[in-house]
Amino acid sequence: MKKLEVSAIEEGTVIDQIASKSTFKVANILNIQDIDQVVLIGFNLSSKKLGRKGIIKIGGKLLTQEEVNKISLIAPDATVNIIKDSEVVKKFKVAIPDSIEEFLKCFNPNCVSNHQKIQSRFHVINKNPIRIRCHYCERHMGEDDIELV
Amino acid sequence: MISLKSKDIISILDFTKEEILYILDLSKRMEKEGSSDILKGKVLANLFFEPSTRTRLSFETAMKRLGGEVVGFDELGKTSTVKGESLRDSVKIIEGYCDIIVLRHFLEGASRLTADSVNIPVINAGDGASQHPTQTFVDLYTIKKVKGKLENLSIGFLGDLKYGRTAHSLAYAMANFNAEMYFISPPSLRIPKDYLEELESRNVSYHEVESINEVSSKLDILYCTRIQKERFADPVEYEKVRGIYKLSKSVMDELNVKDDLKILHPLPRVDEMDESLDATSYAVYFQQAHSGIPVMETLLATVLGAIQ
Repeated sequence: MKKLEVSAIEEGTVIDQIASKSTFKVANILNIQDIDQVVLIGFNLSSKKLGRKGIIKIGGKLLTQEEVNKISLIAPDATVNIIKDSEVVKKFKVAIPDSIEEFLKCFNPNCVSNHQKIQSRFHVINKNPIRIRCHYCERHMGEDDIELV
Repeated sequence: MISLKSKDIISILDFTKEEILYILDLSKRMEKEGSSDILKGKVLANLFFEPSTRTRLSFETAMKRLGGEVVGFDELGKTSTVKGESLRDSVKIIEGYCDIIVLRHFLEGASRLTADSVNIPVINAGDGASQHPTQTFVDLYTIKKVKGKLENLSIGFLGDLKYGRTAHSLAYAMANFNAEMYFISPPSLRIPKDYLEELESRNVSYHEVESINEVSSKLDILYCTRIQKERFADPVEYEKVRGIYKLSKSVMDELNVKDDLKILHPLPRVDEMDESLDATSYAVYFQQAHSGIPVMETLLATVLGAIQ
């Protein structure tokens, strides 16, 4: 039997195939500091697909769609496993949505979305590598420009 | 059949090639047949949160020539913005006073926000360093008039390509017409990567150079822009590039250029084009400025549904 590098959980969510460098960004998205159940984080684990990967296991938590959308921008290869009674009952790969509202900040300091009380809004123009266009100022942002709010 | 009634004019990216040509054809008809009272009873709100004389006056002239009325303001200090009112609230209130809004604003994307907030047509008369689609229709109209076509032209963009919104919009528009593009600027004022990405996605052939000498012989159109002092946060950076390009009759005599090269400029100019250039066969920028009225008349009348 394969030895687990990060212990299993009985109930909750496992986010796997996170590019190693993005592991703690994903942890921040999930506000793990506010979770009162078990959280296990693996980092720099070997991965055939990514070379080095991260994994986050959270007891008793199901992700919201907004959290999945946020993770897709930071870790587009990530998979989400829902665990019940120590078994994987559902598994899916995160998918970048076609448009994104609210949780991203436009990197253009002169964009109207950074000066008025409005929801930011972006159109995804390329998913791999990720490129998004601000609905308002039309500036393009890539992975390094993305700032979650 | 193309109908642009109620369409907002925010970004040239919102227009297909067919729609662009449709507007240019209507503009030609408008220039030839003159104006009438087709917008009688309609009110234009000219909302200029950033100073502009020519764009504001040309829209005002266009509206009045078509029999319409104009209200508005031309500086931020005269608006409720200084009292803390949001742009969305301001335009939703003004929407009740008028049939169409023309907006210039210092924030990029302000026109899109306005268009999303109101149910009447909105025309972007320049927002921040982003786009300036109405100037682009004027530029395209002029190019088509002086070259007889828009397809397969070599066009050079000279000067401030970082903040020059007219150059950004025109490059996007010319991408529809199989143009070969040359971006001529100092390294600090290069065209932003976003625009190049968009051009690449549309298979546009482009080149970035620092000196006009490298590419002058290839150009059918040279689109000059002013280096805009007001866009520089640091005056030292402005001084470094100020006056870096100076076109004059003597410079043109020495450059290797095509006889039928035409030079456009959205004006105003500072020192990038000497007055000695005005009398040469290359200069078409005053003709370009005068094309503004029929083009703006057409834009107003089209989105208000008065012509098609």
